[in-house]
Amino acid sequence: MPPIAAAVSTTGVRWNLVFRQAVLEATAAFALALLLLGPIVGLVLDGYQVRNELQRPLLIAAIIAAGRFLVTLAMHTPTGQTALERFNARRRQPGVLVVSASESDRQRWWLLAIVVVSLTLPLLASKYWLTVLIQAMIYVLLGLGLNIVVGLAGLLDLGYVAFYAVGAYGLALGAQYLDLGFWSALPLAAMLAALFGGVLGFPVLRMHGDYLAIVTLGFGEIIRLVLNNWLEFTGGPNGVSAPAPQLFGLEFTRTAKDGGVPFHEYFQISYDPLHRFIFIYLVLFLIVCLMVVVVTRLRNMPVGRAWEALREDEIACRALGINHVLVKLSAFMMGATVGGIAGVFFATYQGFINPTSFNFFESALIVAIVVLGGLGSTTGVIVAALVLTILPELLRAFADYRVFAFGVLMVLMMIWRPRGLIRPRRRAFEVKGLCR
Amino acid sequence: MSPSEPLLQIHELDARYGPIQALRQVSLYIDAGEIVTLIGANGAGKSTLLMSLFGDPRPAGGWVRYQGHDITGLPTHEIAKRGIAQAPEGRRIFAAMSVEENLLMGAIPVGMDHMDADLIKVFELFPRLKERRHQRAGTLSGGEQQMLAIGRALMSRPRLLLLDEPSLGLAPLMVRRIFATIQEIRDSGATIFLVEQNAHHALKLAQRGYVLVNGEIRLSGTGEELLADPEVRRAYLGGRG
Ligand SMILES: Nc1ncnc2c1ncn2[C@@H]1O[C@H](COP(=O)(O)OP(=O)(O)OP(=O)(O)O)[C@@H](O)[C@H]1O
Ligand SMILES: [Mg+2]
Repeated sequence: MPPIAAAVSTTGVRWNLVFRQAVLEATAAFALALLLLGPIVGLVLDGYQVRNELQRPLLIAAIIAAGRFLVTLAMHTPTGQTALERFNARRRQPGVLVVSASESDRQRWWLLAIVVVSLTLPLLASKYWLTVLIQAMIYVLLGLGLNIVVGLAGLLDLGYVAFYAVGAYGLALGAQYLDLGFWSALPLAAMLAALFGGVLGFPVLRMHGDYLAIVTLGFGEIIRLVLNNWLEFTGGPNGVSAPAPQLFGLEFTRTAKDGGVPFHEYFQISYDPLHRFIFIYLVLFLIVCLMVVVVTRLRNMPVGRAWEALREDEIACRALGINHVLVKLSAFMMGATVGGIAGVFFATYQGFINPTSFNFFESALIVAIVVLGGLGSTTGVIVAALVLTILPELLRAFADYRVFAFGVLMVLMMIWRPRGLIRPRRRAFEVKGLCR
Repeated sequence: MSPSEPLLQIHELDARYGPIQALRQVSLYIDAGEIVTLIGANGAGKSTLLMSLFGDPRPAGGWVRYQGHDITGLPTHEIAKRGIAQAPEGRRIFAAMSVEENLLMGAIPVGMDHMDADLIKVFELFPRLKERRHQRAGTLSGGEQQMLAIGRALMSRPRLLLLDEPSLGLAPLMVRRIFATIQEIRDSGATIFLVEQNAHHALKLAQRGYVLVNGEIRLSGTGEELLADPEVRRAYLGGRG
C-alpha cells in the first residue's frame, strides 16, 4: 500500500498522512460492516413481521470502524511497526526447514512432559471433562489417520467418516452377532476398515483432486445410508449398543455381567463409573502415542517419502519407477485403518451408536483439523484436533455466541497461520561417510 | 544377450494419444557406453519416445528390447527396476521436500543398500546440491533444479540414463556445465540417451544422433555427420544450409 510507504519516512512518522489514511480505512470498514451486518442484524424476523432494528448494525459498524482507526494508528507507532515486521517475517516461508537430529533430540524433553501431563490429567478430571478428553483423543486419532491420506499423500478424502463408521459398527455388530469383546473386535474392525479402504481405493485412485473428493464424499454417504436403512442387520436409526472394554477379563461395571469379575471388587475399591472412562482414555492415549511413532517412522521410510512425492508430482514418481497405485493404496488403507480404530473407541466410549454420528459434518471437521494443523505436520494435527474439540467446550460459557466465536477464531487462525498451525518439518538424513 | 546386441533397441515403435499418432515406426539402437542424442522440433515426439520406453503411454506397435529382454509394455516401475532412469522434461522435482529427500526418492527402485554411497557420489558430481541439501527443493534455482533432477535419476544406479532437455531454460554457462557433467556420467560407465533442443551442443557431445520429424526418424548418423548435414544446419542450427 503506497500510503503506508509514504507515511513512514526515514526520519519518522508523518502523522497527518497516517491520520488521513486511518480515517479512510475506518470509513471503508464502516461501510463494509454496515453492508454485511445490515440485513443480518438489522432486520429481525418477529413472527411474520420483519422488524427494523437498524440502530444495531450501526452501533456494531461504529465499533468496528473505531477499532480499525485505532489499529491503523497503532500500526505506525514504533512498537506497531516491529510487530508488523515480525508478523510478516513469520509468514515468509523459510528455505531451510530440516531439523537436525540433535535439535529433534532436544524436543524429547517436551514430549516427556506432555506424556506425563496427559497421563495425570484424567485422574484429576471430572466426568464431563473426561468425556471431552476422550473425544479430543478420538479426533486426534482421526486427524492423524486422515493426515496420512490428505496431508502426506495429497488425496482429498471427504468421506473419511465412512471408515470411522466401519470401525464403530465393527465393534457393535461384532459383539452382537459374533460375541466378540472389545479386544478381539479392535484388530478385526481395524482390518475391516482397511479392507473397505482397499475396496474403495482401488477403483478411485485413478482420479485426481476434485473428482476424488466427490467420489469419496459419495462413499461416505453410501456407508451412512446403508447403516441407516439396513434395519435387520444394523438396527437402522435405532442404533446398536457396543460393549465396554475389559482389563484382562475385569469388567468396569457395578456388577459382573458376562461372568467376569468387576474391576472395583477385584481391587477392593469402591465402585466408580469413572474407572471405565479413565481406562478408555489411557488405552486410547497409548494408541495415539503408538500412531505418532508409526507415522514419524513411516515418514522417514521410502513408503512415507513416496506418499509425499506422489502428492508433489505424480509423473515424476512414475518416471522414477514408483508403483503409484500401490503407494496411493497403502496411504488410503493406512488412513482407513486408523479411522477404524478411532471408530472402535468411539463406540465403546459411547456404549451405543447410530448412523447420525457419521454424517458429512464429521468428515468436514476432520478435514478442517488436518488443514488447520498444517497438512502433513503431526504436531500441528494434534494441536488442531485438541483446539477444535476442546475450544467449543470452553466456549459453552458464551452460549449463543459460541459458534460465532468459533468462526472468528478459525478466521483469525487462517490469517495468522495461512499454512496451518505448524509447518511440516523434516528430519535430516544422516549420510554415513559424508564430510561437511 | 549376444555381444553384438545393443543395450537398447527400438523397433518400429508406434505411440498414440487417442487419435493423435505421436510416434510412427521409430527404430533406433543405443550401444552400451554411448551418448546418443535425439533432436527434433517442438512437438516432434521426443518426450513421447522417452516416456513410451517407460511404458507411459504404452507402445501401440513395435517392440523395445533392453539388455536382450523384451520390455515392451511392461509396467513403468518394472522398467525402472531394470536399470533405466529418466530425468523427465521440465525437471519435475518434489518442490516441498528437501533436496536430500528428492535424491533419496530416486533410490527407491534399487532399495536402500547403496543409498549413502550413491548420495555421496551425486554430491561429488554436483557440489552445489551438497551445500543445499537441507533446502526445500522448490527454492532452488532452475539450474540447480536440473542438477537435482539428474542427480535423482542417478540414484537408481542406471545403466541407461534418459535425459529430456536438460539444458531447458539454462544460461549458456550453465548449459556448458550440465553437458560437461553428462560427459562425466558417461565416463563413469553409464549409457546416455539425450533429448535436446540445443542441437549444436548435443551433437558435439554425442557419438551418434537421430533427427525426429513429426514422429518419424528422418535422419541418423554420427555427431559430426549430422552437424555437417545441410538439412540439420538449416532446421536446427539456424544456419543457411
Ligand atoms: N498426454 C498427451 N495427450 C495428448 N497429446 C499429447 C500428450 N502428450 C503429448 N502429446 C502430443 O504429442 C506430440 C508430441 O509431443 P512431445 O511432448 O513428445 O513433443 P516433444 O518432441 O517432446 O516436444 P518439445 O520439444 O516441445 O518438448 C505433440 O503433438 C503433443 O501435442
Ligand atoms: Mg519434449
